[in-house]
Amino acid sequence: MQTIDLSETGLRAMNKMLHAQAETTNQTAWEIVNPKGAHAIACGLDAPIEVTVKGSTGYYCAGMNQQATVNIHGSAGPGTGENIMSGKIVIEGDASQYLGATGHGGMIVVKGNASSRCGISMKGVNIVVQGNIGHMSAFMGQSGNLVVCGDAGDALGDSCYEARFFVRGTVKSLGADCEQKEMREEHLTLLQNLLDEAGIDADPSEFTRYGSARSLYNFDVDNAGAY
Amino acid sequence: MCGIVGLFLKDKTLEPQLGEMLTAMLITMTDRGPDSAGIAIYGGESNGRTKMTVQSDTPQTAFAGLETTLSDAAGGSVTMAVKSTHAILDIPAGSSADVRAALDTLNIRVMSRGDSLEIFKEVGLPKDVADQFDLAAMSGTHGIGHTRMATESAVTTMGAHPFNTGDDQCLVHNGSLSNHNSLRRKLRREGMHIETENDTEVGAAYLTWQMQNGATLGEALTSSLDDLDGFFTFVVGTKDGFGVVRDPIACKPAVMAETDQYVAFGSEYRALVDLPGIENARVWEPEPATVYFWSHADAPSATEKAA
Repeated sequence: MQTIDLSETGLRAMNKMLHAQAETTNQTAWEIVNPKGAHAIACGLDAPIEVTVKGSTGYYCAGMNQQATVNIHGSAGPGTGENIMSGKIVIEGDASQYLGATGHGGMIVVKGNASSRCGISMKGVNIVVQGNIGHMSAFMGQSGNLVVCGDAGDALGDSCYEARFFVRGTVKSLGADCEQKEMREEHLTLLQNLLDEAGIDADPSEFTRYGSARSLYNFDVDNAGAY
Repeated sequence: MCGIVGLFLKDKTLEPQLGEMLTAMLITMTDRGPDSAGIAIYGGESNGRTKMTVQSDTPQTAFAGLETTLSDAAGGSVTMAVKSTHAILDIPAGSSADVRAALDTLNIRVMSRGDSLEIFKEVGLPKDVADQFDLAAMSGTHGIGHTRMATESAVTTMGAHPFNTGDDQCLVHNGSLSNHNSLRRKLRREGMHIETENDTEVGAAYLTWQMQNGATLGEALTSSLDDLDGFFTFVVGTKDGFGVVRDPIACKPAVMAETDQYVAFGSEYRALVDLPGIENARVWEPEPATVYFWSHADAPSATEKAA
């Protein structure tokens, strides 16, 4: 286990150390102490390593992540896991706005609540939130899955494409062109796998599926009022 | 982008450290606003007189003999304590309109007015502004601070936050208002005094105008959600506490922390990390389009009830 004290090492030097880890590195376990809400912690990683941040983080922690597992033992600031490509991010506390924005792959798990715009423009990432999510979540979501064990705020899935949303609690309102959908066997299996991967114990049959009504895909003058 | 910090103390033993804690929080937010900085601090005392904080770019000449001039205008004794470009005036209750008129003729600007509020703000890095007024040495019950990255208008002292909205009330803002020009014209027609091209000053004047027309602060903040177009996280200071409201989209960040000792506000969690007991504090983000208040008053005043 390599331990980095961020208050002594500094952000750039720390991220440089983590970036220097190759696919074949033997130093696979890293711990970062004294994060104190700093921005861009463990951003741009691309190696099969596990980084544990002991405390709360600021903007863009684990942004653009590939392969790595990043654990945040605290709460995470805005834009955490933005554009994640692969790997896994686990947040023990709450996540601020636009978690996993534009994420292409990998998984993000939030043990607390996620704020507004969770999974905005998601393009393949899987996000599992144990608590609630805020308004405008998964806006323009194109692909991937957003699982919410609590409630969702206003305008869920506004203008979404083929991203899937599973919500166990209530949805305050659905966004334009987002609708409730039938929960088929394949969705129950998919959801069970996502919950297992996230390490969250919940019964898939209690969830409701939402997705695109596919009426705003292409411009249609009759829909002009909805754009 | 701007930075906001706020600290409301529940534990009286922390009151001598309010300035020190708030100054550290303010300096942490330098990245979010290096252009100018300001702080509103509530000393908690009330001696039956009125306090005014005033500012001049030429304090040596402007403040010379000012007590005598103002005593004549106020029809009673006026005392003054100078702090760099600012001076804190202690004037007889009920004389503020006469004092203000006298200050206007001398080109001295009024930063704040009230029983316990003092506002200090200047252009420059938060660290330098804090040093200039020795903010760290101040004590008080609660206070709010702001670091500005200017977008809507020039970097000037009068464009710095906080803005005084009424007796013992002030406003700081992170965001930008897009309908401030039309609203400024409307408010000026209504007789409101608006000095600069700054968007937040219009927001402050809007709240003042609403309250002059009978609205409580809570009602004024609630109606701001309908009448102000743009992005905002507002923190307002009142004699007994502070309030928070974010626009319905809530793009501008806000984090709050509460323990048995305090309620704290920060644009980012970074601003809160050195507060005592933060590890075990309840930390959360205020909801959009929701008015929050924290108050020292045991029985909430009409203003706070409205929220």
